[in-house]
Amino acid sequence: MHNFDFVKPSSIADAVKALSHEGAQALSGGQTLTPTMKQRLAAPTVLVSLTGIAEMKGVCMGDDGLSIGAATTHATVAAEAAKSYPALAKLAAGIGDPAVRNRGTIGGSLANNDPAACYPAAVLASGATVMTNRRKIAADDYFQGMFTTALEEGEIITGVTFPVPQKAAYVKFNQPASRFALTAVFVAKFADGVRVAVTGASNNGVFRWTEAEAALSGNFAASAVAGLTVDPTGMIGDLHGTPAYRANLVKVLTKRAVDAAA
Amino acid sequence: MTNVTMTVNGKTVSAEIEGRTLLSAFLREGLGLTGTHVGCDTSQCGACVVHVDGKAVKSCTMFAADAAGASVKTIEGMTNPDGSLSVVQQAFQDHHGLQCGFCTPGMVMSSAALLAENPKPTEAEIRHYLEGNICRCTGYHNIVKAVLAASGQDAAAMAAE
Amino acid sequence: MPKDYGIGASTKRREDVRFLSGRGNYTDDLTLHGQTFAVFVRSNVAHGRIKAINTATAAKMPGVLAIFTGEDFKDVGGNPAGWLINSRDGTPMREPKRPVLAHGKVRHVGDAYAAVIAETYNQAKDAAQQLADDSDIEELPAIIDMKKAVADASNRVHDEIPDNLCFDWGWIEDNRAAVDEAFKTAPHVTTLELVNNRLVPNAMEPRSSIGEYFPGTGDYKLTTTSQNPHLTRLLVSAFVLGIPENKLTVVAPDVGGGFGSKIYHYGEEALVLAASRKLGRPVRWTAERSESFLTDAHGRDHVTKIEMASTKDGEILAIRTETLANVGAYLSNFSTATPTFLHGTLMAGPYKVPHVYVNVKTVFTNTAPVDAYRGAGRPEATFSIERVVDKMCRELGLDPFEVRRKNLLTPDQFPYTTPVGLVYDTGNYQATLDKLIELADVAGFDKRAAASKAKGKLRGMGLSTWIEACGIAPSNLVGVLGSRVGLYDAATVRVNATGNISVMVGAHSHGQGHETVFAQIVAEQLGIPEASVEIVHGDTSKIPFGMGSYGSRSLAVCGTAMTKAVDKIIAKGKKIAAHMLEASEDDIVFNDGKFSVTGTDKAKTFGEIAFSAYVPHNYPLETLEPGLEETAFYDPANFTYPAGAYLCEVEVDPETGKVDIAAFTCADDFGHVMNPMIVEGQVHGGVGQGIGQALLENTTYDENGQLLTASYMDYAMPRADDVPFYTVDHSCVTPCTHNPLGVKGCGEAGAIGTPPAVVNAVIDALHRGGMTHVAHIDMPVSPARVWAAING
Repeated sequence: MHNFDFVKPSSIADAVKALSHEGAQALSGGQTLTPTMKQRLAAPTVLVSLTGIAEMKGVCMGDDGLSIGAATTHATVAAEAAKSYPALAKLAAGIGDPAVRNRGTIGGSLANNDPAACYPAAVLASGATVMTNRRKIAADDYFQGMFTTALEEGEIITGVTFPVPQKAAYVKFNQPASRFALTAVFVAKFADGVRVAVTGASNNGVFRWTEAEAALSGNFAASAVAGLTVDPTGMIGDLHGTPAYRANLVKVLTKRAVDAAA
Repeated sequence: MTNVTMTVNGKTVSAEIEGRTLLSAFLREGLGLTGTHVGCDTSQCGACVVHVDGKAVKSCTMFAADAAGASVKTIEGMTNPDGSLSVVQQAFQDHHGLQCGFCTPGMVMSSAALLAENPKPTEAEIRHYLEGNICRCTGYHNIVKAVLAASGQDAAAMAAE
Repeated sequence: MPKDYGIGASTKRREDVRFLSGRGNYTDDLTLHGQTFAVFVRSNVAHGRIKAINTATAAKMPGVLAIFTGEDFKDVGGNPAGWLINSRDGTPMREPKRPVLAHGKVRHVGDAYAAVIAETYNQAKDAAQQLADDSDIEELPAIIDMKKAVADASNRVHDEIPDNLCFDWGWIEDNRAAVDEAFKTAPHVTTLELVNNRLVPNAMEPRSSIGEYFPGTGDYKLTTTSQNPHLTRLLVSAFVLGIPENKLTVVAPDVGGGFGSKIYHYGEEALVLAASRKLGRPVRWTAERSESFLTDAHGRDHVTKIEMASTKDGEILAIRTETLANVGAYLSNFSTATPTFLHGTLMAGPYKVPHVYVNVKTVFTNTAPVDAYRGAGRPEATFSIERVVDKMCRELGLDPFEVRRKNLLTPDQFPYTTPVGLVYDTGNYQATLDKLIELADVAGFDKRAAASKAKGKLRGMGLSTWIEACGIAPSNLVGVLGSRVGLYDAATVRVNATGNISVMVGAHSHGQGHETVFAQIVAEQLGIPEASVEIVHGDTSKIPFGMGSYGSRSLAVCGTAMTKAVDKIIAKGKKIAAHMLEASEDDIVFNDGKFSVTGTDKAKTFGEIAFSAYVPHNYPLETLEPGLEETAFYDPANFTYPAGAYLCEVEVDPETGKVDIAAFTCADDFGHVMNPMIVEGQVHGGVGQGIGQALLENTTYDENGQLLTASYMDYAMPRADDVPFYTVDHSCVTPCTHNPLGVKGCGEAGAIGTPPAVVNAVIDALHRGGMTHVAHIDMPVSPARVWAAING
């Protein structure tokens, strides 16, 4: 990999300043960025580690829901959200493997927005709010397609706030090699309705399955989605599954998520 | 170049390194601790797992500079003070949990991390925890047995032998 | 009470202590004074003409010491094929030169056409990237699909080979008429077209090589990840670089798995040697995993049509197959033997089938070379046979256990000459089948199936009864069949003056545990503690000779050489003892570590005899040389024939197509077992790889020859949670009749017997679930493929 200067600021303000340098890039857990740099597909001149910023770490329950600092590792979320938001904790506990979970962070995952990542499904299904050093972004506005988000140049995620649903579950079907989601579904039932977010399936990245949401909002049971069909158009087709296969998984996993949540 | 200082296997070490120096390279090339192996480029195989502040991490996917101030433990630091094998290491030998030995350091480090978190894991918990450590030789059978045995459980009975 | 010492004991492995404490000695662990780093410039197109490689800019970059291109090696030799195959019409196979670095054309993605040597790895990497940018390679249409490759003569991997065909082999050509006749009159014919999926061996240690040249003496040393250092020395010396064999030492220290991929000599080994000579400094190279995917010899990759003629009650009458076998862009050392003499000769399986004919066309494509991978040819044969037997049972409504029992050879039929040229010396295939049925609790299957059904899963069971030929191989026989090497092995037993022993063996251990098991055998033979015996391997400067470890041959061939060398030690010891005890040599017996005069209490311990050999004060110097060191070469009289029966139980999720292995049981006959713990470990590993092939692993090139599965992100390796605990048994023993230990070999069994058991189980589950339209699913039987088959 190309060489770079490594800096590790201890405050958001210092991180923002460091990132203003030409060629600077933010590094969170590095579980995606580091392999990308080894392949020389990314070549920052300054790498700004966000893992030393105390104000970006931690899990706490507040009036708006469960707030998680962007630099909080998956392992920490898995442990500390277990009581307050078990479906989210379970999702975190299924990302990568233990060593990846000890380094990878929620902010890094959301900033990258891999179309097969787990966290985007939780954020979108929960109607969470993404906090940055500049603003708050609603989940529905944040995800803008595969590897594309509402983040602007120099903007970093500082945290995420999740409204906690009455019932929720995440069911992931692993891509057998990478263990990313071949397709995964997060179902969240709130007092005012149900949200269903799907990751791994679409060429446009994470999306809401609105027909299922409507059906489930009336009747939160797996049978409610049994009659629905999922259009394979726009679904990912690759070595591990055709668009039709993924469309099937969307429905099957939604049913299983509803069963798991209920 | 940056100066980093960290503790490795209980000893304080300091070096001038490039930003791009991975922790795995720092250990192997900088400190001669070649027990930590590098088996892939994509953070999948787990041969490079070490403990950083008590947590299992893939040292090929962490910059050495990010470990400044941390306490790092490698396979070389796992033996007892008298040089004998620790409980986990001994269980791997007793149950033939290794063949070519290349994935073994990472396997041992991950297993030790598991047992620290969960002293009596089930077979399923062990298999799930080790999903980031690839072994091509053993078919995992004896690795899982070794971890069960290291946790004080009756490995032979649980492996239905 | 299990034995706790010597032959048959589950002695814990002595090598484990260094591996478990981080003190292994793998090639990349070495650091040498003055070392330099090689990085290869590899083609990013599958097929291209090298128009220009402009080295000027890269050569001036910081730290760059030397640049090599194909031009530098055009006058030295190529890396040869080790086995000559003739086509059906008698013409010899086509053998294009495989150069150290590609010259003229690049022929697969990853084909190295230049190398940069620099002071540091990063400097070499930077310059290699520059060199790639400064290379003009005209992309040509890629030849990937085997059927198209053979059909289209205008597009050629090697310009001189018009139809991309290496050879068109028939086995046995004289059988063909009788086979065709049997099919004409057969009451039933079952036909199956299948793909034996291409695999990447994926030893966890990437290949690594260090070249050293010593100007003072003109000696060379290659430290490398090899399963057979002597063969590498021979190839580098006699064929590639022309370094005199006695000026080259090849060392293979601890090697992190091989599975076949490290049998072969690769161009990187020649390059680091040539570069070290030019620079007078050590030159090192270690593959990145992506290079392993692109350049390690791959395995399998057959497209086969198999037909089986039978009676209506399942008696097999004849087998006929047509196979296209991919060899990739160049002939790797044993690539021509693998789809022929390691495959066609096994096509009768363990059955008394009277007529068999095998046709294999071997095809060049713009993909990485394909060669032997764990099992090598025998998994392909077994998969084809066991799948078609299962399909026949289904077509005729017959019980797969009973059909196998009906066709298996019976113990009274040995030695048995098959219609495809092998002589099975011994076996009891009914015994392993019976053992399997008992261990796997076949009787309780329906109850387990009901429990699966309650969870919404379909349960199925799949059987495979398999045989292999290993312990390769009798040199005179393989010589007739086209082998260009002998396949004996060698060992030297050196008794030191103080009575402890060094054994230098030609076999190489890269996970098999030879250091422990070979010591157990020698210790038992000599009646001394195992700890007194040290096994030395992997260094051509220390070992007499050897053909290395592959083909489940280490114990059957090298182990036999070793026991024969020990026999010579004992024979010489008797002479010494006779002199010391003033008795006739004929009256000396050796037992429990003591030489004694028969019928008396006069005796000398082994240690006393050893001491006397080195301090020969009371010694028959007139008739006997001092010292106690013996070498034996051993060339086997026949292959060995391990066999067994495997049963897989799966649960299929009909909604997602996901297959889980619910249980896997093996009943094997390996002959005598030297260390049960290690044998079981070998079977576990083979079964794991077999499950990987059956369910997970696939090597996919797109139509342009780009490898889509070039990392662990897309190549699905079996993980701990993909497999269950296995039940393995080796209590059925018919000892090999032609080696003194009665051993057959166990390293490849799991990889051979497992894939058809898994696929048969999946098909069984679907049929039991009413999806009887699914006749076959190609491996890997991935969730998407199962779902598509169900819904197809």
